[in-house]
Amino acid sequence: MLGDILNFTLIASTIRLATPIILAALGGLYSERGGVINIALEGIMLAGAFTAAAVTVFTHSPWIGLLAAILAGILVGAVHGVATIIYRADQVVCGTAINILFLGVPALLSGALFDSTGATPQLPRDQVLPDTAIFNPQTSPVMASIFNQKPIVYIALMTVAVSYYVLYYTRFGLRLRAAGENPEAADTAGISVVRTRMTGVLVSGALAAMGGAYLSIGQNSLFTRNMTAGRGFIALAALIFGKWDPVGAFLACLFFGLAEAIAIRMQGTVNIPNQFIQIIPYVLTIVVLAGLIRRATPPRSIGVPYVKELR
Amino acid sequence: MTSLIRELTFPLLAVFAAFLVGALVILAIGDNPVEVYRILLSSAFSFRDALGNFTFDNWGYTLFYATPLIFTGLAVALAFKCGLLNIGAEGQLYVGAFAAAWAGITFPGLPGIILIPFCMICAIAAASFWGAIPGVLKARFGAHEVINTIMLNFIAVGILSYLVQRHYKAQGDPIMQTTEIAEQARIARFHTLLAPIGINFPERIPLNLAFLLALLTCAAYYFFLWRTKWGYELRATGSSAKAAEYGGISVRRQIILAMAISGGLAGMVGINEVLGYRYRYYHDFSANYGFTGIAVALLGRGHPVGIILSAILFGALIRGGLFVDIFSDHVSKDLVQVLQGIIILFVACEAFFRWLVARRSYAR
Repeated sequence: MLGDILNFTLIASTIRLATPIILAALGGLYSERGGVINIALEGIMLAGAFTAAAVTVFTHSPWIGLLAAILAGILVGAVHGVATIIYRADQVVCGTAINILFLGVPALLSGALFDSTGATPQLPRDQVLPDTAIFNPQTSPVMASIFNQKPIVYIALMTVAVSYYVLYYTRFGLRLRAAGENPEAADTAGISVVRTRMTGVLVSGALAAMGGAYLSIGQNSLFTRNMTAGRGFIALAALIFGKWDPVGAFLACLFFGLAEAIAIRMQGTVNIPNQFIQIIPYVLTIVVLAGLIRRATPPRSIGVPYVKELR
Repeated sequence: MTSLIRELTFPLLAVFAAFLVGALVILAIGDNPVEVYRILLSSAFSFRDALGNFTFDNWGYTLFYATPLIFTGLAVALAFKCGLLNIGAEGQLYVGAFAAAWAGITFPGLPGIILIPFCMICAIAAASFWGAIPGVLKARFGAHEVINTIMLNFIAVGILSYLVQRHYKAQGDPIMQTTEIAEQARIARFHTLLAPIGINFPERIPLNLAFLLALLTCAAYYFFLWRTKWGYELRATGSSAKAAEYGGISVRRQIILAMAISGGLAGMVGINEVLGYRYRYYHDFSANYGFTGIAVALLGRGHPVGIILSAILFGALIRGGLFVDIFSDHVSKDLVQVLQGIIILFVACEAFFRWLVARRSYAR
């Protein structure tokens, strides 16, 4: 019976389930390392998921849909950025507002555009993102099931590496971390804290929205009401569990993805309540934040709007 | 008087701006904003129905929907007075509601006069406990309450869903809900309350004793915060933790206390929901009451009267939204969620409005 649960398709489904949260968690990374709390990840993912599906319905091209989702994410990120960085709105309150807003906006728009109760029409098979054909499913089915994934999966994996490089080996990364740790010092060194933080939040929007798009035009073929189902918050949890580090967050996402994959498989076979597996990421986050396993310390100036001192 | 006007200006401006943006959204969707808003507001605030006959329905339901929002608004506001952001009211109110139902189901032999207060105490105590967890984590380990309350929301829903599914559901019930609470655990609806004085308030309207309890709680909230030593210490901690510490106040204790009281207030939603309305715990019952509570607290500026008024506004949106759904061509009840989001966004961006107003007066 253990063999039913632990096999190669488990790896495949772990990667599939982890992808949207990897993207959203990395998105959160850019925002939070710059000093802006982003609990709006959930709302941005919903915006991305809806935009991707809706635009694909009209253009018949999932690629244009994906692009539109990224733009939508940047737009929502801009709202969060302008409100919190420029107008110094409370970052948590603003994030909550965006989350509530995007529970409503997609449903409202799909009602108006497609005369539905909150879902977009089902896309035909050839209009969702195709699998990347690396292995021939006929000759090597196991390899194909693991590696023939949607392109967003590979984009997500590459983003992990790129983010690591950007954060620790580029000028922008240094500035971003400075803006999040010690904005006064960054400002003294001639770095524009506002611009740096804003860039971080915009990147955050783009990545989280891509994660959302994966749900609607990758894994599924339509947008449904509240289809992210808390994944934005799982991403937040992974970001913290991974100590605000790209590789750490990535591993946390894989772990959470694995937990979800196992939970899905165990349904009906093992008598451990599914709900207990579902809450693992949340419990772990609390434990880590409290420093009971290994302490996660947030960027020092996270949540604090930067006010340039007046001369 | 001028200070009252100043207090009212920004919330009203934020609501007005949100309705304005909402009007643009409605236009873009292809409906007439004036007509949609007329439906929204008249179905929430009018004593006349569509045929012009007198009805309690609109106000009755508006106040019924406002009731949980008063509780969550108070919960968020009280934590905020202590400098804490309680995003966890949603989880706390679920815990409270379940505890109320648990008590009502488990002790069917008790007389109502004991069982009703016992159910209420269970709701408040359980939710207080759930609220105190992030308080303890913050006081003891310095862990940020926002993240922990978010996580605890999901944990609460997970555990409760397990409890309902495996232990408290009626055999074969496809709906995620517990069995009914004992008959005598139900609290009176306005129908029963108003009947003795000859007012025929329809029984179908679930407005109940919990609404009056909510108003009383507002008074208690005011008294506690502004008329007691504990309230003073709590507010002192919120305005400057360092100064409070120097003044001999234990900040850690205040944080735990504030989160526990905040949780308890959120848990009182369960009284309205379980003892006054559904007479059982229904999983997923909350229409984001905990998150709307943030909007209520902010819009009401943490003052009990402000909280009542903004809870009524958001209650009216929930009530009116149902009618917009039915009677408008394209706009669905999701408009309400959009308006809510925009209102919070604008309230959060108070600095923007201050800047706008300052610039205007400067230009003059």
